[in-house]
Amino acid sequence: MPSTTLAAPVVSAVNLTKRYGEFTAVDGIDFAVEPGESFGFLGPNGAGKSTTMSMIGGTSTRTDGTLDVMGLDPDRDGPSVRAHLGVVPQQDNLDEEIKVRDNLYVYGRYFGLPRAYLKEKIGELLDFAQLTEKASARVDALSGGMKRRLTIARSLINEPDILLLDEPTTGLDPQARHILWDRLFRLKEAGTTLLVTTHFMDEAEQLCDRLIVVDHGRIMAEGSPAQLIREHSTREVVELRFGSSQNRAAAEQLQDLADRLEVLADRVLVYADDGEAALAQVHARGLTPIASLVRRSSLEDVFLRLTGRSLID
Amino acid sequence: MTEQREQAQLLTSTLHAHAPEVSAAKARRFGAWYVTEYYLRSLVRYGDVILADALGSPLMYILAMGVGLGSLLMGNNTLFDSVGYLTFVAPALLVSGAVQGGVTEATFPVMDGFKWHRIYQGPLVTPVTPAQIACGQILAIVIRLLIQSLLFLGVVALFGAVPSGAAIAAVPVAALAGLAMGLPIMSYSATIREEKGQFSVIMRFIFMPFFLFSGTFYPLTNLPIFLQWIGWISPIWHGTELGRWLMYGSSVPGWLLVVHVAVLLVLAAIGFLLTVRHFRRRLGGD
Repeated sequence: MPSTTLAAPVVSAVNLTKRYGEFTAVDGIDFAVEPGESFGFLGPNGAGKSTTMSMIGGTSTRTDGTLDVMGLDPDRDGPSVRAHLGVVPQQDNLDEEIKVRDNLYVYGRYFGLPRAYLKEKIGELLDFAQLTEKASARVDALSGGMKRRLTIARSLINEPDILLLDEPTTGLDPQARHILWDRLFRLKEAGTTLLVTTHFMDEAEQLCDRLIVVDHGRIMAEGSPAQLIREHSTREVVELRFGSSQNRAAAEQLQDLADRLEVLADRVLVYADDGEAALAQVHARGLTPIASLVRRSSLEDVFLRLTGRSLID
Repeated sequence: MTEQREQAQLLTSTLHAHAPEVSAAKARRFGAWYVTEYYLRSLVRYGDVILADALGSPLMYILAMGVGLGSLLMGNNTLFDSVGYLTFVAPALLVSGAVQGGVTEATFPVMDGFKWHRIYQGPLVTPVTPAQIACGQILAIVIRLLIQSLLFLGVVALFGAVPSGAAIAAVPVAALAGLAMGLPIMSYSATIREEKGQFSVIMRFIFMPFFLFSGTFYPLTNLPIFLQWIGWISPIWHGTELGRWLMYGSSVPGWLLVVHVAVLLVLAAIGFLLTVRHFRRRLGGD
C-alpha cells in the first residue's frame, strides 16, 4: 500500500543520466519511491529501464545526476546498497547444475548469512515459491516459471528492504505469470518495496501502485495506472478491423466521431467515453468492420498516446 | 488452507536475516572467500573428473615415459642428474600437471562466468564486489592446484621416486607455476567476448610447446640453443627446475633458484593484477 506518511523515500533520483559514448540510455529522469510502495517503470525494450535498475544497484555507474538508495550513494557504497536489495535480473542466472536448495544457499553466503539461518530460511522460501518438492532437483530440470520463482526466492534470502524486478514475467506462459504475480502481491502485502520494470501494460496494472512511463530514456508521464488512463486516454476504446488495406480509408470517415483516432497496421482505435455509442455511429455511417470490440482504456493506450508507438514492437 | 499457511509464514516468520549493514561488513571482509566457497562446491561436484584429470594423465606419463621409456633409455644406469629416470621426470610432470590445471581453470570457467551461464551476475548484485569475484575464483584455483599436486606427489612417492622429504615444498611451487601461467591467461579470458577457438589455440600453441620444450623429459641444455629460449619464458621450466632441486636435490646455482622463483612470482603477480583489473572493468559498469 502506498505510504501516506511523510517517510523518506527509499530510492530517489534527480536528473539521473547514463550515456554510453554518444548514446544516451537514461536521459535525466527524476523519481522517488516511498517505502512499501510498488513502483513501476513501463516502457518498450531499450527505454533505459534495465540501465536504471543497474544504476540503483550500483553495478552500473551513472554519468550525471544524483541517486540515493536507503540514504546511500550506489556509486560510492555499492556493496552497502546491495545489502539492502534483492535483485531479480531480466535473464535468470541460476546455477543450472546444482540443486535448487544449493542455489539459495550459495547466494545467501554472499551476504555472509550464517548456515543455521540459511538452513531454515531456505525451507521457508521454497515453500513460498511453491518449490518445496523440487528442493533436491537440479535447476536444469525446472520449467521456466519455476526457475523464475526460484530466482525470486533467491533474491529474498537476505530479507531485502527493496526488491528490484527486471521484466519479471517475460517469456512465461499466462498461467505461470499469474502464479508469479500472486507471489509478488503477497510480498507487497508483507511490506516489501517493489521496483518493477516491464513492457507489459497488464503487468504494470496488476503490480504497480504508481509508475513512470519511459521512452528513449525520458519520463513521459507519472501516476497510478488509473490516474494515467484518466489523464491520457478516454474511458473506452473501440477497436475496428476493416482489413489492412481499408483501415486508413475507413478512418478518414470517422475523424469527427471521437476525441482521437489511431490507425495501426491491423486496426483502427476510436477513443470515446462511450464506446457502444461510438460503435453505433460507425454502423450508422454505413461502415461495416470485419470485427469490432469495445473495451476499457489501458496503459497501452496511454503509451500509444504519449509516444505514437505501441509498447511491444 | 495451504495458501493461508504460506502467507502467515511469510508474515510472522521468527527467523530474521542480520541487518544489511552486517551483510555489507561481512562481505567487505570475507566476500572473496564466499565466492571461493561456491567454487569449492563445484570442485566437489566435479571431484571425480578433476581427480581423473589430475592423476590419470600424469600417471600415464609416468608409466609410458618414466617407467617404459626410462628403462629403454638407460637400463640400470642413471641418465640425468645421477637419479633414476622416473625421479628425473616426476618433478616435471608434477609442475606440468599443475600448469595444465591452471590453464584449464583460467579459460572455460571464466567464459562461463561472464557469458555462458553468467555465473558472475549472481554475486555481482550482492555486497560482493567484482574484484572479490576475481580473487575468490583465483583462491579456489590455488586450492585446487595444491590438492591436485599433493595427490600427484603421493602417487609418485608410491613409485619410489621421491627420495627427499623436502619434496613437500614442491607442492606450493607447482601451484605457483600453475598461477604463473594460469593468471595471465585468465586476464586474457576476461577480455574475450566470444570464444571462437582461442582456448584450444592456447592449449595447442602455448601450453604444448612449453610442456615439450621445458626440459621436461631431458635437461633444457640438451636442446639446440635456438630452442632453449622457450624454456626460459616457460613457467613449466622454472617450476620444474625448482621441483627437481626440492624433490631430489639437483644441483642448481643459488642465483638461478632466485631467478626461477622471481620469474614465477612476477608472472603470477602481473596476471593477478590484470585479471582483477579486467574483472573490475567488465563487471564494474562504467
